[in-house]
Parts: sequence; structure tokens; C-alpha cells
Amino acid sequence: MLLGPSGCGKSTLLRTVNRLVPLQDGRVLLDEADVASADVTTLRRSIGYAIQEVGLFAHMTVGENVAIVPALLAWERSRVAARIDELLNLVHLDPHRYRDRYPRELSGGEQQRVGVARAIAARPPVLLMDEPFGAVDAIVRASLQEETRQIARTLQTTILFVTHDVDEALRLADRLVVLRDGKVEQYDTPLAILSAPATPYVGRLLDADDVIRRLSLLRVRDAMVPGTSDATIPEIAADASLRDALDAFLSGAETLAVRAGASRIGTIAYENVRRALRAPDAAGTLP
Amino acid sequence: MSLPHLLAHVQTHVALSAAALSAGTALGVPLGVLAARLRGSRGAILGLVNVGRVIPSLAVLTFVVPILGVGFKPALVALALLAIPPIAINTDLGLRGVPPAALDVARGVGMTAMQAFARVEWPLALPVVLTGVRTAAIEVIASATLAAFVGAGGLGEYILRGLQAGDPALLLAGAGSVALLALAAEFTLTLAARRAGERTA
Repeated sequence: MLLGPSGCGKSTLLRTVNRLVPLQDGRVLLDEADVASADVTTLRRSIGYAIQEVGLFAHMTVGENVAIVPALLAWERSRVAARIDELLNLVHLDPHRYRDRYPRELSGGEQQRVGVARAIAARPPVLLMDEPFGAVDAIVRASLQEETRQIARTLQTTILFVTHDVDEALRLADRLVVLRDGKVEQYDTPLAILSAPATPYVGRLLDADDVIRRLSLLRVRDAMVPGTSDATIPEIAADASLRDALDAFLSGAETLAVRAGASRIGTIAYENVRRALRAPDAAGTLP
Repeated sequence: MSLPHLLAHVQTHVALSAAALSAGTALGVPLGVLAARLRGSRGAILGLVNVGRVIPSLAVLTFVVPILGVGFKPALVALALLAIPPIAINTDLGLRGVPPAALDVARGVGMTAMQAFARVEWPLALPVVLTGVRTAAIEVIASATLAAFVGAGGLGEYILRGLQAGDPALLLAGAGSVALLALAAEFTLTLAARRAGERTA
């Protein structure tokens, strides 16, 4: 995930990967192979590409748009047709309703979905997304984000994602690169960056103080998963704050057992802390 | 002049116009593509093309007749020159109007330059190109009356003779037929442009 204000070079950096922007210096490695030594059309057909403007081809149906890379790769007709339906289902568009429609008949959110389906059509191991949900409203954006997460997980796709939206970055990123004026300010997990911003700029951009304050207001009890746990894993008190849990995770723990009084009542993991961050007004509902 | 004569002249008129329009398209489209591609030379190309529009076709005829003689050929040259500008200009316009995002994706998904042109740019520009062809067709059909001056026949014969003989019936037959032809071309090509554009518009 590349995060930074407009003009910081995040899109340019993204576009060096599929060589839409030529490198003047340095190298881009994909699976340890230099992209500069690959054939450029082969390279691009093996990398998914989705952008904010979507760029659907207005003269093609939704199905033809989705199938553009398989068509370039000369897949068999029956395989392409099956893949179109599969992809449209994956992005929650009913193939029978949408396959033969034209892009102008679609809402902004539907177009973005088609854009995502097109990008993953040929099962690329790597997907480049440049503010792919920038043009839709917050509700549609949230559901698209969640779907993208799931798709990436199911398909085992590595996504390089550009955004200027801090919430989006914190919500989706496994690893986050904060950029400013073409330079990397910090590169780490979102929570590590939040708890220890490398520069004052990073702290301000992420509003790190505020997020950490929010975490210290939330209790482990409210974010944990109820249930039993392995006796060997370390413990944390149910009334401890998520800030405390975060510290434990940052120092190496993967899962913590939650203790209330004499019994263990559940477990909490890094992911649960992150989930708690996703409810923006959660802190406000607590004393 | 009787009805069979009229039909023969309509036929000549249509053949001449169609030939001029085809030649104009064959030259105008590549010129338009060049103009859209070579940004530096765009002004020069379109300026040169526009000369064809600025010089009156009658003047072109007088220049060409000494070289090609009278008849079909000089008329074809003059009319093709007239057809090139709207087609070239609209080809340039249509190609430059292709959304940058569509081009970015076309390259991003790994289309070669030829594939991007054939699969994305050209189909998206086509409705605008066809509008140019329509404009050219109407200008050509109207101006093809001048062919009568160089002995190429066509409906201009009626207008010429009508003027010479002071016969309004002949004038009307000629002018009316030209108008009908132009309307028919307008109608057909508008339909074609709309069909090409109905998905994209």
C-alpha cells in the first residue's frame, strides 16, 4: 500500500512496475526478476491493472471488457465465457443482468467492480490498483474494499495499492509505504507506523496521536474473540486497553489469551485490533 | 430531356460523388491519424488539408483540366480535395477525444500499439469520423454539379442547360434531384454514425 498526498509520486512509482513509466535509475523486481528485462506486453498481461477513472472501453460490453486480457492471451472462447461469469459473480454482479450491457448503463460503483473484475481476469499474481475506489461514495467504497480484501486472499494475489485516503490505507494494508515528495518516509505495518511514526510528517498524516488515543480508550474485552485458548500463549487482562495489546503484538506476540478474573474468556489477535480501528466512532461510544 | 436521361445523370452524379468520397476518405483518414499522432505537425497537416476547402472547386477544376483533360478525372480530383478536410479534421478530433483512461488501460493490460489502435482508439473515434464523412458527402454531392462544366455529366447538366435555355423545369429537376441525393446521404450516414456511437455516447 502506497500512501501519500497528491503529487508525492505514488502513482508514478506504481506505474514503474508495469513499465507505463520508464525507470531512469534503479530497478523494479517482481519475484526477483527485473521487470526491465521482461517483454513489455507479456509483463503487462501478467499484471492486473485497475485505476480510479476505471477506463472501461465504452464500445465493448461488460463481458468484453472483463475478457480483454484473456482475449489478448487468445484463450478459448468457452473458457473465456465461463471466466466472465465467474468474475462477475466474484465482484457481485449478476452475469445474466450485466454481461451484455454497456459501461454507460452502469453506476459508478458497478463500473469500478467491472474494472476490478477486468484486472484479475487472467489470474495475475500481482495486481496494481491506483485509487481504484476513489470515485465512489463511502458506503460503496467500504464494501468494495472488503470484497477486494477477500478476493486478494482467496486468489493469493499480491496487491500494490495507491491511495491518499489514510483510513483506506489503515483498513487494507498489510504493509504500508508512506511517501512524501517522491521519497519513502516510512515502510512498516500500519499499526507499527501508527505507534511509532518515523517522522513528524508521518505522525501528522496518519493523525497517529488520535488513533493511538482511540486505541487506549478501547478495551480488549470489546475487541476479542470469545472462546478457549491454548494454555501456552501469553495473557492480557480483559480490561486492558487495545494500546496495551498493540504493544504486545509489536513486541512479537501473535495471539493473546484474554483473562477476566480467574478464567480465560477469549483471544485477541493483531487483526482484531485493526478491526476495532475500522469503526471510526467506536471511541466516542465509550466513556 | 426525359426521365431515362435524368436517371442516367443521377447515376453519373452518384458514381462521381461516391468515387470522390472514397478517395477523400482514403486520404483524409490517414492524414487525420497522422495529425492526431504527430502533435508537433498537427497544425501544419490540418492547415494544408484545409487549403482544399478554401480554394473554390471551380478554380481547382481550371487548374486540373490542363493536366488531366476534361471529363470524369478532373471532377474527381476537385471533389476529393473538397472531401478530405472534414474527414481529416474529424478523424483527428475523434482520436484526440478518446478518454485518456481508456488508453492508459489499453497499454496497461498489455496491448501493442496496433492492438490499442484497432481495438480501442479507432472504434471509440469512429462516430466522430463518420460525422466528418457525412459532412464531406453533402459537400461533394452539392458540388458535383460543377462536373458539368468539364463535361463529366451529372445533374449539373440540368442546371447548366436550364440556365442557358431559361427553363425553370430543367433547373428544378436538376437542383431538386441534387437536394434529394444530399438528403438521402445525410440520412444514411447519420444512421451509420448513430449506430456506431449508440454504445459510447
